[in-house]
Amino acid sequence: MGFIRGLMGGVKKQVVALQDISFEVSAGEIFGVLGPNGSGKSTLIRIIATLLIPDAGEVYVFGHNVQTERLLVRRLINRVSVDAAFFKKLSALENLSYAARLYGVQGSTARARMRETLRRLGLAEEKLTVPLEDLSRGMQQKVAVARALLTEPALLLLDEPTTGLDPKSKREVQEFVLEVREKRGTTVVLTSHDMQEVDRLCDRVAILDRGRIVALDTPRGLKEKFGRPEGTLEDVFFALTGKDWEEDR
Amino acid sequence: MAHVMAEARASYAFVERNFNLVKRYFNWEVVFLFYNIINTLTIGLIGVGQDERTVLYLVIGALLWGYLSVIFFEVSQSISWERWEGTIEYTFMAPVRRLTHLLGMCLFAIAYGVIRTAIVLVAVVLFFDLSLKGANLFGALLMLLVSSVSFIGLGLVTAVLPLMSPERGSQGAHIVQGIILLVSGVYYDISVLPAWLRPLAYISPATYTLEGARLALLDGVGTLALWPYVLKVLVIGVVSIPLGLAIFSWGERHAMRTGKLKRSG
Repeated sequence: MGFIRGLMGGVKKQVVALQDISFEVSAGEIFGVLGPNGSGKSTLIRIIATLLIPDAGEVYVFGHNVQTERLLVRRLINRVSVDAAFFKKLSALENLSYAARLYGVQGSTARARMRETLRRLGLAEEKLTVPLEDLSRGMQQKVAVARALLTEPALLLLDEPTTGLDPKSKREVQEFVLEVREKRGTTVVLTSHDMQEVDRLCDRVAILDRGRIVALDTPRGLKEKFGRPEGTLEDVFFALTGKDWEEDR
Repeated sequence: MAHVMAEARASYAFVERNFNLVKRYFNWEVVFLFYNIINTLTIGLIGVGQDERTVLYLVIGALLWGYLSVIFFEVSQSISWERWEGTIEYTFMAPVRRLTHLLGMCLFAIAYGVIRTAIVLVAVVLFFDLSLKGANLFGALLMLLVSSVSFIGLGLVTAVLPLMSPERGSQGAHIVQGIILLVSGVYYDISVLPAWLRPLAYISPATYTLEGARLALLDGVGTLALWPYVLKVLVIGVVSIPLGLAIFSWGERHAMRTGKLKRSG
């Protein structure tokens, strides 16, 4: 799946972002996509999120084609991106209220879910009415997670949700993801370049390198096949690509 | 019915969000409104040495242009705004029809434009001690509301530009707005325009809005007699709104094909 990525001196530079990607995710599974920067993780998430149209190929979410049944798919999904995109002058509650209206969540239900999720993520009550630009990056990302879960998506797309967070915030978000899957049976597709995070959260992992899936298995299966059972996913990545993880980051 | 209510609620999301933003940028709103009032008074003062009709002629131009440019700006810049905030992907991913999204933006633009124009109108009437005796206020209001439709259409046509290119798109929308100001007879009769510019005046909805509103307010022409102006403005709206939606829809698909919705990452 290639697309034109930008203008370079007036000449369009064609970049193939993803190629020959094929995988299935089971309902209730946490599926990890591991890869260095530029490997195509975010492009994959954007395609599933109906934000990008691939040049070729098809993607289905619970049996619905993301291109031809866009509105149906959008009702089933939500996404947390690395940049926690908000109206930064608005408060957490104002941003979440906007999201609730967009997704047709009734007022009282929305308010209850907002407060519960934010409380669970450790965001103090008094922070809810403060403009988001005055909150730390970690707090903003927690609001982004709360916003995505407010709509109770069947498929949650997490695009590097913990990048840039402090260890405590990172752990809180990770635990919450596990809890949501446990309680609601939410299916999760998680992209990350954090090996430990993927190892901890994911049932299965696809390793993406330069737009291609070079391996797909459980974390344990990957280590057994391509590294050492007691080793790390970093060893697996090196064995598969011949490159150090840090090299491409 | 439930479906219509759900779409209405989603549409209201944009109205509420934008009024929340207005509250957060309240100091800037006050400054812009202050400037808007001063600008209208300054233009009205040009006619004070002549007669009240000239003052009113100029003030009507300034007020209507203030209102129409708010409508045009809010609709055409709605995409630019979301791109700068980085929220465009979130909004486009929501299960909301684009028509509902854009309708919400238009509803906000009309409500916001009416409030601002009403405040400026009060300031102007108090400052110039203008007499509107004999004026057809209902006819003028009708012209104002009908013209909103056509300006929404023009706004939609230009809203696609920031989808193609955030910075250049915004610049393009300002250029379109400037051309409408030049050719529509906001402060002068279009007969003073060079012949080569006049065809643009004939296709600008602002031309007919201003002509109709001035007839209603300056000459007290009855509402029924305004129908040719209402009709022309409506025709431009009926053509430009579907055209704007079609162009926007094409632009959205193009942006999704070429990865232009993405801000970074």
